[in-house]
Amino acid sequence: MKNHAPPGKAFSSSLAVSDLWVTYANGVTAVREANFALRAGTITALVGVNGSGKSSLFKAIMGFLTPTRGTVMLSGKPVREALKAGLVAYVPQAEEVDWTFPVLVEDVVMMGRYGRMNLMRIPRAADRAAVSTALERVGLADLRKRQIGELSGGQRKRVFLARALAQESEIILLDEPFTGVDVKTENAIIALLRAMRDEGRLMLVSTHNLGSVPDFCDEVVLFNKTVLAQGPTATTFTEANLATAFGGSLRHIRLGGGALHDDDDDRRVTVLTDDERPLVLYGPRDAETLVKRPPEEPR
Amino acid sequence: MEILLEPFAYSYMTRAILVSALVGALCGALSAFLVLKGWSLMGDALSHAVVPGVAIAAIAGYPFALGAFLSGLLAAGGIALVRRLTSLKEDVAIGLIFTGFFALGLLIVSLRPTSVSVQTIAFGNILAISDTDIVQVVVIALLALLLLVIRWRDLMLAFFDEAQARISGLDPWRLRLLFFALLSAASVAAMQAVGAVLVIAMVVTPGATAYLLTDRFGVMLGLASALGAICGAIGAYASFFMDGATGGLIVLAQTALFALAFLFAPKHGQWRAWRLRQAAKAGDA
Amino acid sequence: MSLTALLVDPLAHGFMQRGLAAALLVALVCATLSCFLVLRGWSLMGDAVSHAVLPGIVMAHVLALPLTVGAFAAGLFTAWLTGKMAASSRIRPDAVMAILFSGMFALGLVLFLKVETDQHLTHILFGNMLGLEWGDVGEIALIALPTTLIVLAKRRDLLVAGFDPAHARAIGLSVSRLDSLLLILLALAIVAAMKAVGVLLVVAMLIAPGAIAALLTQRFDRMLPIAIGAAMLSSIAGAMLSFHADAATGPAIVVFQSVLVALAIALQRLKARRAATV
Repeated sequence: MKNHAPPGKAFSSSLAVSDLWVTYANGVTAVREANFALRAGTITALVGVNGSGKSSLFKAIMGFLTPTRGTVMLSGKPVREALKAGLVAYVPQAEEVDWTFPVLVEDVVMMGRYGRMNLMRIPRAADRAAVSTALERVGLADLRKRQIGELSGGQRKRVFLARALAQESEIILLDEPFTGVDVKTENAIIALLRAMRDEGRLMLVSTHNLGSVPDFCDEVVLFNKTVLAQGPTATTFTEANLATAFGGSLRHIRLGGGALHDDDDDRRVTVLTDDERPLVLYGPRDAETLVKRPPEEPR
Repeated sequence: MEILLEPFAYSYMTRAILVSALVGALCGALSAFLVLKGWSLMGDALSHAVVPGVAIAAIAGYPFALGAFLSGLLAAGGIALVRRLTSLKEDVAIGLIFTGFFALGLLIVSLRPTSVSVQTIAFGNILAISDTDIVQVVVIALLALLLLVIRWRDLMLAFFDEAQARISGLDPWRLRLLFFALLSAASVAAMQAVGAVLVIAMVVTPGATAYLLTDRFGVMLGLASALGAICGAIGAYASFFMDGATGGLIVLAQTALFALAFLFAPKHGQWRAWRLRQAAKAGDA
Repeated sequence: MSLTALLVDPLAHGFMQRGLAAALLVALVCATLSCFLVLRGWSLMGDAVSHAVLPGIVMAHVLALPLTVGAFAAGLFTAWLTGKMAASSRIRPDAVMAILFSGMFALGLVLFLKVETDQHLTHILFGNMLGLEWGDVGEIALIALPTTLIVLAKRRDLLVAGFDPAHARAIGLSVSRLDSLLLILLALAIVAAMKAVGVLLVVAMLIAPGAIAALLTQRFDRMLPIAIGAAMLSSIAGAMLSFHADAATGPAIVVFQSVLVALAIALQRLKARRAATV
């Protein structure tokens, strides 16, 4: 566990988006007047429908497109400087990756170190050590010599998480980390993200997976062209706010406590999902998939 | 035995063998990138597109490499422009630009016959290459190879994962420009060796062969480069006994090695796939 | 010189009449095919097949068969092998195509130098438009006209297979059979045209007219006449240009065609801009 935040060096990262506008050449405005600020040691969910401008916002934060107006500051630096300083890591969606490319797992993780290497990108001992530690942390040490296409869906995600770890960045952006991943892998990823948060990193996770948001996200940014609501998960990730963010495109199932059981617990069960067809069952075995509560541990 | 050593008694043969190997090494290295990116036909396009530059440079008395280089870059830009301005697919854009450029080059040559003959452009003529041309080709190839040795990891990252490249502070557009500059330079050098028509084999086949043999990009790059060099040397050497069909022989050697790898590559070959299928059938039964 | 003289003078020469007739026939069959190739994503197939025929030509010469037969067989074999190999390996289809057609061409070159033939390599590549006999023109017509007719007769099936293969299959059309048909017709057109006008002109004629048509209209029934018209206009203008400027005919036709492509792009942009502002 050598490569986490070096002890003693407290992260003081921040991410500030102010009055951000993104308008494309064809006249479509994808982001208008977005404002929000995030601080170190938090995981924030970026939640919104498809086409809400989430990916444009991501691109603007990473400097892939120039905002029409407004600024993005990463730990107090403009994007370009922040990238040069290696402050930002990005975990891409699976579809963005060419899985037939002839690179091994460890090669991909090593790419996270490029920003720190010399012009010829020849790895040094420190780089190799960082790669090994990162692979161990995500549990892929045994598979490091595999070509990336030979991995399962969950393992593929973890390769890119390992790359972000090896990069030792303070700010990590994750694009839909849970699509096409089974529950076991999802839990493993969540555990890893929590550990990274506890090291003081700042993470912004774009996700469709509403159910898992209360499990691991401290803050939520609800987004549709602009910021609809931002704040702690417990107070922001509410039925009313979600209804605004998703309009009619969410499935909404509500069951009163009385309809469910005979005891005095009158809490009702609400299932919100933008999945096509959620499976809703009632019974002890499936209870977990029904109700997601904010995490118990104190923040 | 003596007859086998005979080619080396002629200095023009030794030179042709060395130059072909050098050009083969450069083209082979670039082929590793082209094959993975699905840009194989871009190699064809560029090798045809450098012709007008060569023709104009020959008329104006500039080094042909300069003209070829500019016209190659112009064509690459043209393809990008057609893609951006229209809804035409990439293959159409490539086809439009390279036939147009090639025709323009041939038109210029037919209007102002110069030292550059159509025959040389189409088929190359490494055995009769002039000293100044040799110097140009060698300088281009060595410079380009040096750049590749220094920057191949950056190019790999930009080709594999553009987002990560940007995040690491690299400029993918600049790297892409560098790549097309290298490819244009290689096309010019390869045209001398095998002719415009066969440059495509030089910048595709070794990379494809190497891709069948390894899962590591660094290995693939070295392997492709070595295959290119070996086939260049073999082809030039064999052309001593075959009436000078240098280009054809180089490319035939490359194609033969590709066929071998296609059939018998340890992990990705057809022979193994066939045996695995047989084993699966036997297991079912 | 008056405009009519500009156009009529060249036609006083028999070699110009024959060259232009050949060019127009090639324009007709290639432009028709190009519409389907553009839709099917096969624009560069013409390039591949036209290079792959070389060993077939040489072998046919050795075996004293008609050159057309050898060329046709070699072209079709390469196209078939491309499909087979691309389906069964990790190499992308574009790379497989490039490797096979350049390999075939290289084989053809080496064979060509080993075998004494009365064919000129440069004629195969660049054509010999102004040295044609009426018999040559007749030979082209014999292949080009039936090929065009078959394409036109099958145009609806080919269109469906190109636009939406899944739907074609659903309504009981065999996509692989239609693809094969298109390939066969393509190989035929290339074989017919190549000897007279050269590989370059054939390849260009198989791409640009379809692209021009696709730029100018959204409706397929209008694509065919536009493509054929553009190809024929280029043939006439290019031939005249080459006569007056004493330039190579094939390249002149292709360059003129490229100018038409540029105009079509400009026109499409204008239309798009007007549509956007309204």
